[in-house]
Amino acid sequence: MTVGELARDEFLARLEHPGISLDTGPFLIRIKTAIGELADEVRFLYGEFPVLPDGGITHFRLELRRPAGLRRWWRPQVFSLFDGERRFEPMPLALAIPTLEWSLNWCVAANAHHHVMVHSAVLERDGRALLLPGTPGAGKSTLCAALAHRGWRLLSDEFALLRPADSQLVSWPRPISLKGPSIDLIRAFAPDARLGRTIPGTPKGPVAHLRPPSASVQRARDRAEPAWVVFPTYRAGEPARLTPLSRARAFYRLAQFSFNYELLGPPGFETLSRAIDGCDTYDFTYSKLDDALPLFQALVAPSSRRVAGS
Amino acid sequence: MRSHSSKPSWRPPRGVSRDRSGRARPLLLQALAEPERLPSLSAAGWDRLLREARRAEMLGRIAALVAGLGALDRIPTPARDPLEAARLIVEQQQRLIRWEITRILHALAGSDFPIVLLKGAAYLLAELPAGRGRLFADVDIMVPAEQLVQVEERLLQAGWEFVTLDRYDERYYRSWSHELMPMRHRHRGIVVDVHHNILPPVGRLLADARLLLEAARPLPGSRLAVLAPPDMILHSAVHMFQSGELHSALRDLTDLDALLRHFARDPGFFDALVARAHALGLARPLFYALRNTRRLLGTPTPEGLERRVDIPPRPVRALMDYLVSRAMVPRLPDATPRGVTLSRWALHVRYQWQRMPARLLARHLLHKALSRRAAR
Repeated sequence: MTVGELARDEFLARLEHPGISLDTGPFLIRIKTAIGELADEVRFLYGEFPVLPDGGITHFRLELRRPAGLRRWWRPQVFSLFDGERRFEPMPLALAIPTLEWSLNWCVAANAHHHVMVHSAVLERDGRALLLPGTPGAGKSTLCAALAHRGWRLLSDEFALLRPADSQLVSWPRPISLKGPSIDLIRAFAPDARLGRTIPGTPKGPVAHLRPPSASVQRARDRAEPAWVVFPTYRAGEPARLTPLSRARAFYRLAQFSFNYELLGPPGFETLSRAIDGCDTYDFTYSKLDDALPLFQALVAPSSRRVAGS
Repeated sequence: MRSHSSKPSWRPPRGVSRDRSGRARPLLLQALAEPERLPSLSAAGWDRLLREARRAEMLGRIAALVAGLGALDRIPTPARDPLEAARLIVEQQQRLIRWEITRILHALAGSDFPIVLLKGAAYLLAELPAGRGRLFADVDIMVPAEQLVQVEERLLQAGWEFVTLDRYDERYYRSWSHELMPMRHRHRGIVVDVHHNILPPVGRLLADARLLLEAARPLPGSRLAVLAPPDMILHSAVHMFQSGELHSALRDLTDLDALLRHFARDPGFFDALVARAHALGLARPLFYALRNTRRLLGTPTPEGLERRVDIPPRPVRALMDYLVSRAMVPRLPDATPRGVTLSRWALHVRYQWQRMPARLLARHLLHKALSRRAAR
């Protein structure tokens, strides 16, 4: 039973009480809210995720609530509770869905240390994974959304989750958060992309969430071998260009982009070095998606494999 | 390991069952008291236990208990990941602690007084079960009081810095405390507390540091030592209720439980413990340690042992039982009875009361209250 297969009324009722438990692949999460608009957004963005029966194990419980009192009506707010406790600042009610997404990211970044976590988009082709690590604004999500609509399977837009046992990448196909001009860009680039409401005025500018493609959600349990690490930078007017980068540098940057590399110590080092050993590593600058995509399709062709990173 | 039925509901240890609010009873205490029953816990039970343990910063301990039973493959799959995450974090922390200790030894090389490890660092390096799965905040060491100046100078020269530089704090530590101000190496994250005693020199309870140092047990092949087993228990006992926070209170309690279970294998241990408590004047803290580990964690101790230590009058006992069951029992936000915050505060005040004379305490609390207001 998926979210989309539940009748809307039943979904809303269960979301309000006791909360809906979702199987998102590596994490079982329970979301609880009585906020109607939020419920419909969740229903849209998480529509293809399996619903778990109540009363089992969940890894993270989030509840989004409106405050009692003045702030319910005057400049209405929303706040999220992690496991019944407030850990985050209240946000304007209009930002309920980004608040949910950010809270969920926080839960994982702060707790899921059984993976080495890197702030990176991850996509897969033929079992081989492409990592696009990057700071916000580097064009990572735009590129990720575009590739996810051109034959690549989305593993995650925000989290590269590497297993310490074998450095394989675990998939966590969540909605992709698109910011500012990327929203229209992706709409034009991939007319089949399913976007949620555009929310103006977040701290990151307007935001819209892209529903993860069906194939990605259905294959949420399939892992992938790291094969390429590409550091994207969006630079207006620049042609798309892949520049080989030494593995040592790529390793260092991955560690910097990691949420828990230092926290894990040796297992973090071993996991990332094993991952990088099997990867071709590049810097990448681009301004137009149409120029960028062919370079990534060419990566997959065996002839393009570099001899070695040094 | 004894076999058991698959009945998922456990009988809670005594004391916990008396939750008159009728709210769900904490599974964490039951898990700590009877880890051998963990493999038969239901999925709903695990869901609750994981949340309780995370709040109390005890996931690492649960992970170690499950691993110790060799039962990782017998617990529900989704429960394994949080335990594995906790195990990895604990392992790295323990590595950092071991490394910090080598750096302290390096900085103090050339001198020859003993360096006694206290609390977590001691359990870890003496390979005691109390160290398994335990999270560490810092490294605590104890040195002879006459070496304190030298230790401070050497650590400062080697790159350690005082964490707090407030002049009042400095005076507090130097005049009224049994340790130096917390120190941290400028390139590392671990806090080092250098003690010259286990209790402040101005408090209601006092301990003779020379006796502790004389009885300390050297660790093989090193100048490091740990307190003798009875002293280890007594130190943990005086430490209980120290902060108003749940996780440290519960950690002291589980430390005591693990130490008592481990040392109980020596048949003469409890006699030695009682004698030592009286000799050091720490019979009352020992009473609370024994009572609370038994009530909350079911720690097996010989019949009638508590009567041989220092029993407080009945009303005091009843009040302490109430405070402890409110303050130290881990509960989730949806199952928190009234009086928890107040009880934690009361225990903390009691701890402070024992640390220093009334006039000093009044002055100290006033200063803290005013400086907190000024900071706002």
